[in-house]
Amino acid sequence: MSTAKFSFIAIAIGGLVMAFAHWFQVDYLFFASYTILQFIVLATAWNILGGYCGYVNFGSAAFFALGAYSSVALIKFDAEIDSWFSEGIASFLHHIFPLPIPVLILFGALVSGTVGFGMGYLTLRLRGAFFAIATLAMAVVLQTLIVNWDFVGGSRGAYIIRPESLEFAGIQVNYIEYLFALMLLLAVIALATARAIERSQLGFGFATIRDDELAAEACGVPTLRLKLIATTLSGAFMGMAGAPFPYYIGYLQPASAFGLEYAVNSIAMPMIGGTTSWVGPLVGAILLGSAQQYATVTISSAVNLLIVGLMLVAFVIIAPNGLIGLVQEWMRARRRS
Amino acid sequence: MTALLHVDNISKRFGGFIALDGVELEVQPGERLGLIGPNGSGKSTLVNCICGTLQNESGNVCFDGHVMDGLAAHQRTHRGVARSFQLPRPFHSMTLADNLRIPLLYTVHARTGPLRSAGDLNSRCDELLDMVGLMKKAKQMPRDLTQVEMRKLELARAMAAEPKLLIADESMAGLSHSEIDDILALLVRLNERGITIILIEHIMRAVMSFSQRLAVLVSGKKIADGKPEDIVRDPEVVRAYLGQ
Amino acid sequence: MDISFDLLINAIVAGLLLGGFYAAVTAGVSISFGMLDIVNIAHPAFIILGSYIAYFININFGVDPIVVSIIMLPVFFALGAFVYQVYYLSFERRGQESLRGLAFFFGLLFVTEVTLILVFGVDYRYVEAAYIGPSIHIGLIDMPLRMLVPCVAALTLYAAIQLFITRTFTGRAIMAVSQDQLALQLMAADPIRIKRIAFGISIATAAVAGALLIIIQPVEPSVGREYIGRVFAICVLGGLGSMPGALIAALLLGVVESLTATFYGPSWAPAVAFGFLLLTLAFRPAGLMGR
Repeated sequence: MSTAKFSFIAIAIGGLVMAFAHWFQVDYLFFASYTILQFIVLATAWNILGGYCGYVNFGSAAFFALGAYSSVALIKFDAEIDSWFSEGIASFLHHIFPLPIPVLILFGALVSGTVGFGMGYLTLRLRGAFFAIATLAMAVVLQTLIVNWDFVGGSRGAYIIRPESLEFAGIQVNYIEYLFALMLLLAVIALATARAIERSQLGFGFATIRDDELAAEACGVPTLRLKLIATTLSGAFMGMAGAPFPYYIGYLQPASAFGLEYAVNSIAMPMIGGTTSWVGPLVGAILLGSAQQYATVTISSAVNLLIVGLMLVAFVIIAPNGLIGLVQEWMRARRRS
Repeated sequence: MTALLHVDNISKRFGGFIALDGVELEVQPGERLGLIGPNGSGKSTLVNCICGTLQNESGNVCFDGHVMDGLAAHQRTHRGVARSFQLPRPFHSMTLADNLRIPLLYTVHARTGPLRSAGDLNSRCDELLDMVGLMKKAKQMPRDLTQVEMRKLELARAMAAEPKLLIADESMAGLSHSEIDDILALLVRLNERGITIILIEHIMRAVMSFSQRLAVLVSGKKIADGKPEDIVRDPEVVRAYLGQ
Repeated sequence: MDISFDLLINAIVAGLLLGGFYAAVTAGVSISFGMLDIVNIAHPAFIILGSYIAYFININFGVDPIVVSIIMLPVFFALGAFVYQVYYLSFERRGQESLRGLAFFFGLLFVTEVTLILVFGVDYRYVEAAYIGPSIHIGLIDMPLRMLVPCVAALTLYAAIQLFITRTFTGRAIMAVSQDQLALQLMAADPIRIKRIAFGISIATAAVAGALLIIIQPVEPSVGREYIGRVFAICVLGGLGSMPGALIAALLLGVVESLTATFYGPSWAPAVAFGFLLLTLAFRPAGLMGR
């Protein structure tokens, strides 16, 4: 199935989901599903670098938070236009600002993608282990920078006012529904991109990097270039997932944006779902995400995270190819018997 | 005739250990060079420096008239240097055919542009697998291969890059008498098509029958370089081998 | 900026004391990462575990934290050996240590931290001992005992390990295994057993480092994560596997962090180590005294 056909079907399914959700109109479901869709994007993004290329990124939270904070910076900028600029420029700027969320998403992609590229350029020449540690380091450095940047609220946090609704083609749409729709579209794009990569020569090259980078180089694969593409794409998608977050959450604090649950989940979801295909992160995100949404309501969030951590360790030891791997093995065993 | 490969006084050290000490080597286009030396003499390090897996610290490596220092391994492969690894390094998540498709896509296409259709790619893969006798196993995974078959895959993958210079690093270890003859015949056929070959081996009869010229590396230094029949009688060479 | 000399010299001394402590923290990772090539990012989690055990026994039984850690040495050693065995069977043997091994240790780090949160909560915990509180004054210099004692203990631990590695048979076998596993096998020593012992030692040092940590500062579960950067920064800056190099790097980092905290504020301190790490990885991955 070509990428175009897949995207069409995915968007159609997304449209059905959207219509269904619109008809139901349960705010809590919109909130919960938004989180799951966000994780689909994060898990898929992580998997492009982690699953396909074999390079572990521990700093997913940082890329996500950068997307969120670039939105906050732009929102705050909008509030300062009148005090910073002369009347003429200010009135011009007021035509552009406040930026619509899709534009914020593009900014998020740009910022996080650039950071991904920069970090990759500095550290990808080294072994995978050094890259992983560098991502951890980068996450802490970025968090410290944001905590000390008062313009976006620093450690006190930033309040973002979410409008009640939005006018779209003449209809008044509930804002949370709008955010849900955006994240749904983003998830479809992320999945379609991951799938397209998998089937392309690029994905083939990624697999050689994962299997044996030295041999890949000897065969003529430009490993550094491919790794940079993977890091940039991965970072960009994570930034895109983060860009609408301030509107979703209303009050953004570095501790929550850079929260550990983002780092753990972006790793656990693809590894539990299965890292070799685009289906893995999707399955992992839906299963783990729903379970966590349910658990946070019934048990404490700490226990919930503990379970995710334990599952990660268990799966990594017992089922290295994740749930899809188990299914594939089961199917192979059936075929043989 | 200008040399195809000119290794000009290169040195390489790892911490305090000197792996290569001012090695000088020339290979003419179309030549069959044998490279021998005891274990740990630096043969693999030399190969790594020629191919770009490691960068030499002094001196330079000249291939086809261009200095290759600073070029990454994949760039050197694009220019026409290919090697097989001493310990086979297949891509274990892909079939044999796909293993060969990688150099075809990333090296051959990079040179000539994607002029080939999928059908052409497939038939080239089959051709290569057939040359090493692995055609029947095209759809199998590397983990299902014997050690010997993995070495043949290594060689086939190096050949897939359509190199001007092929470095075969101990591809014959563990092969039977007839298998060695098969590989030798294969290499000779490649050489007849114009591919320059450096054969690194411990199996003396293979090296002797194959090489037009022989170079000997001991403790990072080249101690002899000349006609095979002269080299094996060279007292220093004999001492280097027997003294181990 | 008017830099008072008094403040400066005290910041430097504090930094040196802190650096001595960091050296002990890093000793374990020098072994596991520098020599065994195992990226144990969960090492700080074991340290924090050591801190909490020291806290628990100190508060309930009044035992001095350093004594607690010495009692815990064999326990942590066994724990380390067990973790290595799992790691080896699941990953090293299959050659998948890069992706899955890292995820495994990350999972361990995470599980440890969350378990500690569940058991002890997120409040800061601290121990009580005779030397927490008083300071020694030498001229302008103020040396709080709660920093001096851990520093001395840390350097002793460091020296002990250095002696062990260079003078005993097992220690030299560990160095050998890091350089050439095959050669070691040919000498009829079981490399897996040697690695298990080495990793066990690595985790055992965490017991001591944890006790020292909670003497220096109050501890809460997420403190471990700050130490990941410090530990690897020191290891990489010092040159992997070089213990003298790690000591120099540790002292350097301690001083820079202390100066940053004194003159720019403590909220910048975590970034120092990680920033160092990034710069080193980017520009001189072999470290100051690299192999």
